[in-house]
Amino acid sequence: MRAAALRWPLPFETSMACAACLASAQAAQADSFLDAAGPVAAAQVSHLRLILILMAIVVVPVFAATPWLVRRYRYGRARGDYRPEWKFSLLFEVLAWGVPFLVVIVLGTILWERTHQLDPYLPVAEAKAPPVVIDVIGYDWKWLFIYPEQGVASVGEMAFPADRPVKLNLTSDTVMQSLLIPRLGSQIYAMKGMRTQLNLAADGPGRFEGRNTQYNGKGFSAQSFTAVAMRPGDFESWVAQARAQGLPFDEKARAALEHKGTKLDLRHALGMPDGTVVHFAAAPTALFDKIAGMKETGE
Amino acid sequence: MTDWGFPFGRLTLDAIPLSDIVTAHGRTELLSGITGSAAAGAAVLGALVALVIVTWKGWWKPLWSDWLTSVDHKKIGIMYIVFSFVMLARALAEAFVMRMQQVVGHDGGGIVMPEHFAQLFSTHGTIMIFFMAMPFLTGMINYVMPLQIGARDVAFPVLNSVSLMLTVAGGIILMVSLVLEPFSTGGWSGYPPYTEAAFNPGAGPDYWIWAVTLSSLGTTFTGINFAVTIYKKRCPGMTLMRMPLFTWTALCTSILMIFAMPPLTIATALLALDRYLDFHLFTNGGGGNMMNYANLFWLFGHPEVYILILPAFGVWSEVFSTFSGKTLYGYTALVIATMAIAVLSFTVWVHHFFTMGQSANLNAAFGIATMLIGVPTGVKIYDWMLTMYRGRVRISVPMLYALAFLFLFTIGGLSGILLANPTIDYQTHNTLFLVAHFHNMLIPGLLFGMIAGYTMWFPKAFGFRLDEKWGYRAAWCWIFGFMGAFFPLYALGLMGMPRRMADYFTGAWLPWTVVALAGAGLIVLAFTFLLVQLRVSVRDRARLAVPVGDPWDGRSLEWGLPAPPPEWNFPALPRVEGRDAFATLKMTGEDLGPPDDGYEDIRMPKNAVLGPVIGALGTGLAFALTWYLWWLALPLAALVPVVLIAQGFRRDTEKVIPAHEVRETWRAFRALAARTPRVSRRAEYTRDNRGHAIPMPQEAAE
Repeated sequence: MRAAALRWPLPFETSMACAACLASAQAAQADSFLDAAGPVAAAQVSHLRLILILMAIVVVPVFAATPWLVRRYRYGRARGDYRPEWKFSLLFEVLAWGVPFLVVIVLGTILWERTHQLDPYLPVAEAKAPPVVIDVIGYDWKWLFIYPEQGVASVGEMAFPADRPVKLNLTSDTVMQSLLIPRLGSQIYAMKGMRTQLNLAADGPGRFEGRNTQYNGKGFSAQSFTAVAMRPGDFESWVAQARAQGLPFDEKARAALEHKGTKLDLRHALGMPDGTVVHFAAAPTALFDKIAGMKETGE
Repeated sequence: MTDWGFPFGRLTLDAIPLSDIVTAHGRTELLSGITGSAAAGAAVLGALVALVIVTWKGWWKPLWSDWLTSVDHKKIGIMYIVFSFVMLARALAEAFVMRMQQVVGHDGGGIVMPEHFAQLFSTHGTIMIFFMAMPFLTGMINYVMPLQIGARDVAFPVLNSVSLMLTVAGGIILMVSLVLEPFSTGGWSGYPPYTEAAFNPGAGPDYWIWAVTLSSLGTTFTGINFAVTIYKKRCPGMTLMRMPLFTWTALCTSILMIFAMPPLTIATALLALDRYLDFHLFTNGGGGNMMNYANLFWLFGHPEVYILILPAFGVWSEVFSTFSGKTLYGYTALVIATMAIAVLSFTVWVHHFFTMGQSANLNAAFGIATMLIGVPTGVKIYDWMLTMYRGRVRISVPMLYALAFLFLFTIGGLSGILLANPTIDYQTHNTLFLVAHFHNMLIPGLLFGMIAGYTMWFPKAFGFRLDEKWGYRAAWCWIFGFMGAFFPLYALGLMGMPRRMADYFTGAWLPWTVVALAGAGLIVLAFTFLLVQLRVSVRDRARLAVPVGDPWDGRSLEWGLPAPPPEWNFPALPRVEGRDAFATLKMTGEDLGPPDDGYEDIRMPKNAVLGPVIGALGTGLAFALTWYLWWLALPLAALVPVVLIAQGFRRDTEKVIPAHEVRETWRAFRALAARTPRVSRRAEYTRDNRGHAIPMPQEAAE
């Protein structure tokens, strides 16, 4: 009889599992971190799995025992005893407090360790080469990527060599924003007058969707970009091409960036009617420090 | 300030949604204008129909003297819940439009413009938290808690009315914002600098600021009122550790209200200083820092989550025990767990912004604190399961919600543990995964709890049960509607879809948004069924009548009173000798009446106009401030202290109900009970159930 009672939750769990499988299958097309393309995202997926497995210890009893209890003690066709005054059992009490507590201790220990490992301010642990530094400024509704070492800048495209990690310094010239490239890893806020950091890396060459996740007005849904991990040689030529054919970073460019508009509006303003990417032949290095350092300078 | 804003301030014709239709370019703008105008039209029409009906039926006088100026905790409780149903209808409609937009807007365009969409998610969140959930639970506590502790009213009955009217004032402001646009686009949390004048100079954020400020003031007063009531107004013998669990959760929620609402009031007030008087508290420049706002807001915002969920936990405790025909398992553990949750809720607020760039040490500490809350919450789940163990479980309508809650809330808890990990949050923050998580806690946790409580205590308040057939239909639609609407959002969140997105071009998201829309449709159906249930129950109230007042074989004091209870609740203050006071009394065949010479005159508070007056002043002031009508704002603001001082001069504040009247009423009730046959639980959902129960242990022994 008990075995029969246990059958009830299974269809539910099976359907949940199916939904999860389906989600991860479709995730592949939708730039999900479940389809990790870098060490940070991969570590996040493994952490996610670990938590789910450990949490089964406290979740499965609820799913298994509730139907059993309802069947066994159902009014009118109960099989179990009736003890209306029964209200305490030391054994159950110890289990109810103790098991979740032990699970939280284990999960907490893992949490502490992983949070430190994946601190977005730390260089990516697996990286073998020094990072490419990119200064990122959030505007309404586009991101400007400045390459101080390479002396170029871009909007709509964040290129980097696949064999090197990237170190992003972020700030915002407008309201708060949040930069996320799901398949590579973490997100972090960008705020005016402040500097935040994000360290990421890709496993190999590829194109990954990135975007702002913090609502900032009507152009919000268009504030996306492509992170392109390139073969080292390709990155060199990308830089060379930006230097040679990119636009000058002049007052006109700056005004167009500050104007509220999407990356498409920016191209229109700069007289480039089609495409989604803008390259600049110069890196406005002082600009980032000026915006990010506003709090210190008191401007 | 030479410009007094006379007569219209910054209010122009653009504020009327119809103007969006006139100025529309292209299909989406036109549809958006039509949607907005339809909503405004529905609000105006609804208000007009209500006015006409009240006038036609000659209800103005009873409405004023029996309801609006009443300080009876039971009537105030009912008004809170009616208000929350009205607001639920609107916010649900908005949710449906948003789900629709995410289906039809998958290639851009759709039925609402991005700014309109942003207003929808801002009002949806603001209403659901401040004007649906809070009034619902406040109304529930208002009605039930004084009855459970054997009191005749709350400690401060007039303040109770003021709290209600302040909350309603905020709700009116939200309804006005439908007709005179725009509302804020900054979400329910209103983060600056986006909501600062530099980025959003219009009326939207001001509407939000004043609506929320009114509600937060009302809630602070409510918290003080409930806490003092529970501390000071318990009947003889009702020690703290004998209080029903619902009252315990009401106490913890009140404490949280007292400590958590002021940070919100201050946050919105400081934001108002920025917007109105050019302060630089949260601005980008001038030394402002928006991170201070985030801290203040979530210092309120996280305890708020537990303000919302704890009363529902109280309802669940009553439901599991009553419908298992058994005393609650682990009472002491549940009290400790409730208190532990209340205390821990103040130690976790940083988890709302793990991604703001603080150190790993700080994030990890707050992450672990967050997971710790899972321990007492888990204990509660297990204790409710153990309450069914060795009981006799009736799958009544409230119990159906309760069982669904056990499963669904556990899933929500699981996703909460995931989000508590900064590493996972770095991916899922600001995505639909988070949206799915908090709806997963708030719908099966809070809303199901409130509907279960509404189903359970409705017969107490009105003297007849809610029709069960429609009750089950609504419950199944809520359960499957919830799963349909929010499980896909977990998937979408893991697939990287951000929250608050009006349009997108990622094809893989589309099927999931279609399923979510179907789920939302089912939820709209569930809400409709609740309304049908109410209609059918009122129609069939003779069949469903339970005048003896104990339809479910209840365990706490309120079930020993007639349904509906008299204004003075108890004929004499009961003397309580243990937990489950009424269940014990029933077993011995006694009732709550005193001995024959034990009746005394009862002093009850008289009606007061202060509440409606403060509510009207609050509404007017908020509206005047939003639209810069300084000529109106100034006198209204000056009137507030005048009215409060005038209230202090009221001397004739009590009325006396003579002892003989109380005695006659109670004797009539006992005579009715004596001639009403007692029924077993088998007849619970039949017309034989007139509210006179055979206690389950007696039934089982027969």
